[in-house]
Amino acid sequence: MVDVAVQPNRGVVAGSKRKRSSLQTAMKRKSTTAFLMTLPLIILIAVLVIYPAFYSLHLATLNKSMQRFVGLGNFEFLFKRETFWLVVKQSCIFAITAVIFKALIGFIVAHFVHNIPAKGQRKWRGMLLVPWVIPPAMSTLAWLWLFDPSYSAFNYTLAYFGVGPVPWTGDAAWARFSVILVNIWVGAPFFMIMYLAALKSVPDQLYEAAAIDGANWWQRIWYVTLPMMRNIIAITTLFSLIVTFANFDIVRILTAGGPLDHTHIFATWAFRVGIEGSDVPLGASVSLFMVPILAIAAVFILRDINKRGNES
Amino acid sequence: MADVTLRKVVKRYDEVEAVRGIDLDIADHEFVVLVGPSGCGKSTTLRMIAGLEDITGGDIMIGGDVINDVPPKDRDIAMVFQNYALYPHMTVAENMSFGLRLKRYPKAEIKSRVDEAARMLDIVELVDRKPKQLSGGQRQRVAMGRAIVRNPKVFLFDEPLSNLDAKLRVQMRIEIKKVHQKVRTTTVYVTHDQVEAMTLADRVVVMNHGRIEQVGTPNELYHRPATKFVAGFIGSPAMNFIPCRLEDVGGRLHVRLTDRISFPLPAARAARYKGVTRADKLLLGLRPEHIAEAKSHQEPGIESFDVVLDVTEPMGMETFVYFTLEGTQICGRVNPNAGARDGAPLRLAVDLNNMHLLNEVTGVVL
Amino acid sequence: MSTIAIDKSAPNRKMKYGSMSRDRTWALRWSYFFLTLFAMFSLLPPLYMLVTSLKGSAEISAATNPWWVFSPTLSNYIEILTSNQFLRFFWNSAMVSIFVVTITMLISVPAAFALARMRFWGSATLATGVFLTYLIPETLLFLPLFKMFATFGEFTGIQLINKWYVLLIVYPTLTVPFCTWIMIGYFASIPKELDEAAIIDGATWIQTLTRIFIPVAFPGIIAATIFAFTVSWAQFLYPLVFTTSIDQLVLPVGIITTLIKGDVFAWGQIMTGALLGAAPPLIIYAFLMDYYIAGLTAGATKG
Repeated sequence: MVDVAVQPNRGVVAGSKRKRSSLQTAMKRKSTTAFLMTLPLIILIAVLVIYPAFYSLHLATLNKSMQRFVGLGNFEFLFKRETFWLVVKQSCIFAITAVIFKALIGFIVAHFVHNIPAKGQRKWRGMLLVPWVIPPAMSTLAWLWLFDPSYSAFNYTLAYFGVGPVPWTGDAAWARFSVILVNIWVGAPFFMIMYLAALKSVPDQLYEAAAIDGANWWQRIWYVTLPMMRNIIAITTLFSLIVTFANFDIVRILTAGGPLDHTHIFATWAFRVGIEGSDVPLGASVSLFMVPILAIAAVFILRDINKRGNES
Repeated sequence: MADVTLRKVVKRYDEVEAVRGIDLDIADHEFVVLVGPSGCGKSTTLRMIAGLEDITGGDIMIGGDVINDVPPKDRDIAMVFQNYALYPHMTVAENMSFGLRLKRYPKAEIKSRVDEAARMLDIVELVDRKPKQLSGGQRQRVAMGRAIVRNPKVFLFDEPLSNLDAKLRVQMRIEIKKVHQKVRTTTVYVTHDQVEAMTLADRVVVMNHGRIEQVGTPNELYHRPATKFVAGFIGSPAMNFIPCRLEDVGGRLHVRLTDRISFPLPAARAARYKGVTRADKLLLGLRPEHIAEAKSHQEPGIESFDVVLDVTEPMGMETFVYFTLEGTQICGRVNPNAGARDGAPLRLAVDLNNMHLLNEVTGVVL
Repeated sequence: MSTIAIDKSAPNRKMKYGSMSRDRTWALRWSYFFLTLFAMFSLLPPLYMLVTSLKGSAEISAATNPWWVFSPTLSNYIEILTSNQFLRFFWNSAMVSIFVVTITMLISVPAAFALARMRFWGSATLATGVFLTYLIPETLLFLPLFKMFATFGEFTGIQLINKWYVLLIVYPTLTVPFCTWIMIGYFASIPKELDEAAIIDGATWIQTLTRIFIPVAFPGIIAATIFAFTVSWAQFLYPLVFTTSIDQLVLPVGIITTLIKGDVFAWGQIMTGALLGAAPPLIIYAFLMDYYIAGLTAGATKG
């Protein structure tokens, strides 16, 4: 009984060859169905994402009227312009500062929500997520009105305390502060909701064990919460870094890049140059500078997701 | 006719050979249980019969037709899964009738079949509930009901009782047996639990490492295991394997366990083992119930010896005693009144009429 | 002896519990205090929208306390809701969003099913690719897409730029990857035995999708639908680039381009329009908050 498989090997091979053909047709039918089901997705990604991505590489090598190949001419031109370096600097400051504060505020608020009795959590969570739900273009209009040079409600309040008036969008430093503030306001709820989900997934026994081991609240956060949330913190931060870095709506509506280009970031400047200035190739060259940072973030996210995929 | 035949069935995943050539004939109306440790290929075999896995080599026949390339729905089988796999958004009745509705059976027929199955499984009052509102045992019944209404040629069960607690498992075991007695459908049942296998099966197929170790009725497997694997797998607590060798003392064949302990073999056994090479490393296979307390009057073939017990486990009806011989832990089964206590000496008797002798190297029962 | 020991330990223990619960109470008070602060920060802009929208233009430019409405009026709402222009924006936004949601679900649900369940050549790569696509921001693609559509118009004579329906082509690049991704997650969480049971019951792959997977993963479908709707409703850059004629504009762009004329800001109407523009996502959120949050967290936690 044990050696059944060894002896009649030839028969097995012959048999399997005969049916491989029909098995393959069955497999092929399944593959074809699956392929057809994904075909619209493939076409969409190929035509409207991958092709334009490469097309913008091509565009970046043309002159303004798009008739002449200028090689790296657009980039040389950019490198010589002060505004370009201003935009690079501002994009980095904008993205990094905003993401750090979003993450911090999200973490703190998530803890507060997690602290209160489960019954009331829904209500608070509901209120705190509102900034994320309102279309950013709409809420930025409200901020613009709050920052209005002559009727700013903030300045009215500050004047009450003898402070101000603050040039919220008129002065370079304040304008940068303002766009970052609005970005934090829009984005922090996303972090809060992700961290809250992560906090809920940490088993209570771990905290109880840590408490029995004599850990105070700070040690509990440092030794239990943070390590357990490391993955979600990393992936949320990277996601947010991409979105913030490529932000358009807030800066466009709040300052349109001003004053004197001091709040332009890649996306808004690319729009200014490419659409408003009708120099599509130069605009494309500007937006291409987002790619390296996006690529780095994407690689890290992908690595994290693959790692988790392997673990499960 | 719904007999199932497997011929040299092989299943290979990339590098791993999960099933390595299985030959099996399952007669019409028969209840066959595939049993073995996890990873022995029993589930893969069942899934190949169901058509959920391709067959790498060999043939599977149902009712005499090779069904290797027939899609699952045309094989006329029904399957009960370990986690029941009930459609959570359908009621019990809808769950049971889903297959029939896909095949566009007339409404009246569907209803009568569902009613009949529900009556048989005693779930009539549950038919309008969703799976979420059912207990584990009830879900199990619905899963069986879904199989029954299709009135298939073959029932396939994939560890159906593993998710139930011990008490419910015993009850459902009886339930499954009753259903089979009523519908008489050929059944292939996979489990890792040898008690389930013994209690349910007409014939048990013991599998290990992708091969069949032995096929037989529960009694055959228990009393005449062919290999060490089967001998050790069937029965609980498991059979003891004690290193030993044969020797001739004064013209009689003895089995020597230690320098101190050696027993003369009863005549029938002596005749059977006459040809065994004396120098071979052997194992004496003894089930716990054949190691009991020594009585004043000993029947032929029953030999007594003294041991010091390590641990005793009183079970109420009997007491399991554990002791060590030359590093081998041995389990015996004594009367609760025999005075067995942890660490105490006890005189035990082995019943050599029910002994097995195994070749330690090949694992074959001699 | 023993009675004394018990007597001694009992009040001790009581005090311990007392201090623990006092700590708890203070922690709770602080939590509520800070949560109130954060909630005020979160709700300030939308509330200020509401406050402003109820003011007449005289009160807006008056030097009174801006946080309060002294003479509430609905004139802004009446003006906005009777303006054909605004209703046109609203209509355009609604059409675009509804069509985009439909297109998105028709593309992503079958694709997610195939990628989650029907392993085929390249399916793993494609799933990763879908995720990567989701990471590509629209600000990277708007210029090449703009040029592509312009060129397409030159060659075929079909002018897509400055037509609202061009948005139906470009919005899915934002919605489909994410929706496919979270649907893969939802489908993958359905036990394998369920489709095996369906196959044995005689269902085809399509039947398994429509009669088992879609009903079972219905919460995921709702989450994906909400996401697609919110994204299409809120999108600002693409309509700004691709549409310019007043009658082709969607709400966000419409409000900004028509109500801001040079340096003249009609703030009462702008805030009213913005509030009405924010209303559909807010209403959906209010009723389907749990699905909304499930979808939000699914993107990063599943996979």
